[in-house]
Order: sequence, then structure tokens, then C-alpha cells
Amino acid sequence: MSDMLFPLAVFFAAAFTNNILLTNYLGMCSFLSVSKEIETSAGLGIAVTFVMAVTTALNWVVYHLVLLPFGLEYLRFIVFIIVIAAFVQLIEMVIERYSEGLYFALGIFLPLITVNCAILGASLFMVIREYSFMTTFFFGIGSGLGWFLAIMAMAGIRQKLKTAKVPAGLEGPGIALIIAGFMAMAFMGFSGMIAIG
Amino acid sequence: MITTLIISVLIITAISALLALMMVIADATVGNYGEVSITINGDKNLTVRGGQPLLKALVSEGVFIPSACGGRGSCGLCKVKVVEGGGEYLPTELPWISDEEKEQKVRLSCQFKVKQDVSIQIPEELFNVRQFDTTVESIVDLTHDIKQVRLKLNDPGTIDCKAGQFIQFQVPEYELTDEEVYRAYSMASVPSDNTHIELEIRLVPNGICTTYVHKHLKEGDSVTVNGPYGDFFLRDTERDIICIAGGSGMAPIKSILLDMAEKKSTRKAMYFFGARSKRDLFLLDEMKDIEKNMPSFTFVPALSEPLEEDKWKGEVGLITDVVRRMSENATESEAYLCGSPGMIDACVKVLTELGMPEERIYYDKFA
Repeated sequence: MSDMLFPLAVFFAAAFTNNILLTNYLGMCSFLSVSKEIETSAGLGIAVTFVMAVTTALNWVVYHLVLLPFGLEYLRFIVFIIVIAAFVQLIEMVIERYSEGLYFALGIFLPLITVNCAILGASLFMVIREYSFMTTFFFGIGSGLGWFLAIMAMAGIRQKLKTAKVPAGLEGPGIALIIAGFMAMAFMGFSGMIAIG
Repeated sequence: MITTLIISVLIITAISALLALMMVIADATVGNYGEVSITINGDKNLTVRGGQPLLKALVSEGVFIPSACGGRGSCGLCKVKVVEGGGEYLPTELPWISDEEKEQKVRLSCQFKVKQDVSIQIPEELFNVRQFDTTVESIVDLTHDIKQVRLKLNDPGTIDCKAGQFIQFQVPEYELTDEEVYRAYSMASVPSDNTHIELEIRLVPNGICTTYVHKHLKEGDSVTVNGPYGDFFLRDTERDIICIAGGSGMAPIKSILLDMAEKKSTRKAMYFFGARSKRDLFLLDEMKDIEKNMPSFTFVPALSEPLEEDKWKGEVGLITDVVRRMSENATESEAYLCGSPGMIDACVKVLTELGMPEERIYYDKFA
């Protein structure tokens, strides 16, 4: 594959075949707890996409310009977490100050995202898979959109589920996990299309 | 080896410091909303730093809003009416706010941030409410199931309350509850002893707070309470008064009577204390002392089911019957009742039948 197209391939792969939520099962807790309403799911999905795109790029810079030259790769876990937490805090302050509308749509989800493991996961994958900066950026957006897609699908299904007859023992998280499992299997159908990683 | 260590420490420190610096700059510029003013009930004015939650801003200015979760937005208790400057509801508030409350502009004060001048409304009595750190000074068994708990106030060191008011007792997490809960108890202490709070707590089987107090609380333990609350206190009139309360309902009545005795009140007072048998009676000596200090006061203990061995010579019968038999001049008196809803309702009925207007019957109902 040509170098020009590789970032695009990664973008699609991250969203579909290697969906961070449904093939790696990262970011499960907010996926299960916030997917009850389509509207809030969309808000969280957009926030995750935004934060993931920016933090993976940011972490790429920190990793390649600071950690690698000093031979401190093993510090990446703690450094990535610090960067993500600080960035989320910062962006929350800015949004709260300058855009009331955006704050209501996005702001309250931001603190939730600091501890979303999919965000850290994306940064770590970018290291393991040795992506270039451009590819990392597309990978971040793709992973975020993939997560967005998965939680929207889940929210849609759960909306239908409200009127469905669920066996008493499976109500709530039980049926949600089973559905997540089915969705993961469905996404496995994409796996032959593009391969990355 | 050492150099790697030093380098890694330096790098981590440098990255953290850089990010911290960015946060500090952002906090001082983007997060700086300047000073804003909070107008309470249209007259009181507070100037606070903008951008912080309303609850925090009010507490820092000494206005206590009851909250059980400590500002996490998980108890829904810290509701405050924001008349002006409220803006839109936050998604974190909505689960606690009903449509009716939305119309009245009720907000969850721990979530709502003050970014501009606001005007709010809170009940007057909350101005005086504080949270107190206290230490248990003594725990005394009054009867087989009632304990008297005496708390010494540490911070703030004094309480300004009226005789008959109540406080909220904070129960920490323990085996019966996985979160802090609050339970209301009347103060039995006289208001002039403003460095102490005395409570009379009866054991309720499986009651979260009563079990905690009876089975776990020890002398020297720390207890957090907040208060004072309530409009059950002695009205400033010249009327004779009739008090009726049994069991731990004695607490606010005792406080009122001690307060009257201290102030050399000449108002005629009768206290009907209902109990089942002699083992349910308590603080009889204290009542005698009050009778001695306040000649206009009569204490009337009555047993509904006295036992053989009690050798009881006092009044016998249901408290309502004793009240009906013995109270004088009910039409011109006022009444103070404390007890269970069933007992209160029965007493209110008897008193109104005796000719007392209902608006002069004050009561403290506890479930």
C-alpha cells in the first residue's frame, strides 16, 4: 500500500475492522452506563472522538520528542495518563468559558473521558504499531469515530429494548453485555477487509 | 543506572511541571470569572469568587445548605431557588429536578456554578445553620432502650438555638449503610449551655442511626451534626402551657422546661409523660428539680400498664385519658407535643375537644 493511502486505511480499519470498543473491548464502562439515551450517547461519542484525536497526536509528540530520545519508553503509561488528564481539564475550562452550548453538549462528559481506557489504549496502540504522526492522527479520529459508532448502535438497540421482554435475571447490564457480544461478532465480519496492526 | 534514574525523574517532573504551569495559567485567565455577587432573599449580599459551585460559595461564606453527599451531585438535597442569573439546567442536575421545580427555578447548588451575579432564595432559618464537629462526652442509659448522648462542640465551639429545635446527626458508613446518612434528633439540652448538645435516642430495631448510636458509638468518638432546624419552640406569650410527650419525645420538652426554669418563667406549665410501665420512666429526678426551680410547673408521669412490682401510686391510663382528666383551662392554654404520629393525632383530638384552638397546638412528629 502506498504511503499516501496508509493513513486512510488505518482510519477505516480503526473505525470498523479494529474497532477499539468491539474488538479490543476498551472503554466498556462508559459504553455500558451512558448508552441508555441516544442523545447523551452522541454527546459522549463526539467528546471521545475529539479527545482521542487530539491526545493521541499530543502523546505521539511527547513520546517521539521526549521519551524516545532519553530512552524512557517505559514511562509512557504514566506520562500518557498525565497528558490526557491535563488536556481534558484544560479543554473543559476553555469550553465552559467560551461556549455555553458546547459545554452543555460536551462539557459534562469530559471528566468522564479522563478515565476512559479507550483513550489511553489508542495512545498505546499508536506506540506498539509504530505509526507516523499523520497515521496516528487518522488512527485517533478513526478510533474515536468507531467508538462513537458502537455506542450509537448500542443506544439504538437499548432504545428498542425498553419495550422488549427481557428475562428478569438479564435486565440491565446483563442483556447489555450479551448485545455487546453480538455486536462484536458482527464487527468480526469486517475483519477480512483491511488489516492493520 | 543512577543517571537513568535521575533523567527519568527529571523528565517526569519537567512534563508534570509544564502541564501544571499550563493549568495554573489557564485557571488564572480562562477560569477566572472575577468576583460575583450573590443576593440572598433580596437583602443579604455576598461577594464571592466566580466560577465555583454555588454550594461551595455559600458554605465558604458561612451559609450552610444541607447536603448529604458532600457536593458530588448524588443525593439531590442541596436544592436552592435561583431567581436570577441561573441560565440553563446542567444534565447533572436534571435527574433531581421535577418539572414543577423547574418552573420555580430550583437548582442543585452543588452543580450550578456561579459565573455571574445571581439572586437566590433560601429559607431564613438556614442562615443560622452550621455544621459542627463534636466529640461524644458521655453516653448514659436512660432506660433499657433509650440512651442519652452528650456531645461537646469542637468546631464551631458554640451553637445558637432555641429550646425545642433539632439537629441532623451524620451516620458514617458502617455495616447497615454504605453511604453517609442523616437523621434528625431534638436537642434535650438547654440553649444556654451552648457548648454542648444532648440527645435522647431510642433504639429502633434495625434503625440505621439508632443502631449505630446504641451498638457502635463510644465516648470520645467524633460525630458530625448540623443544625439547628425546626419551628418547634416555646412561643413568647403569657399563656399556660400543656406538654405531652413519652419516651425519647421528652428531649425537646425537657429543653423547653429547663429554658423556662432558667428564665424564671411564671407561666403555668404541665408536662404529661406517658409510659407503659415503670421501667420506661426516666429523668424523674431532673423533673423534680425543675419543679423545685419553677413552682408553676407540674410533672405528671402516667403509666398505661403498670406492673405488680412497680407499686405505682401515680396516674394510670392512656396519656390521652390522663390529659382529658387533669388539664385545666385548656381553652386559654397552648400545647407542645412530641411523639409518634399516632400519639400526636390522638392528643390533638383530645385537646381540641377540650376547647383548645388548633393553631395553638405545636407539635414535633417523628416517625
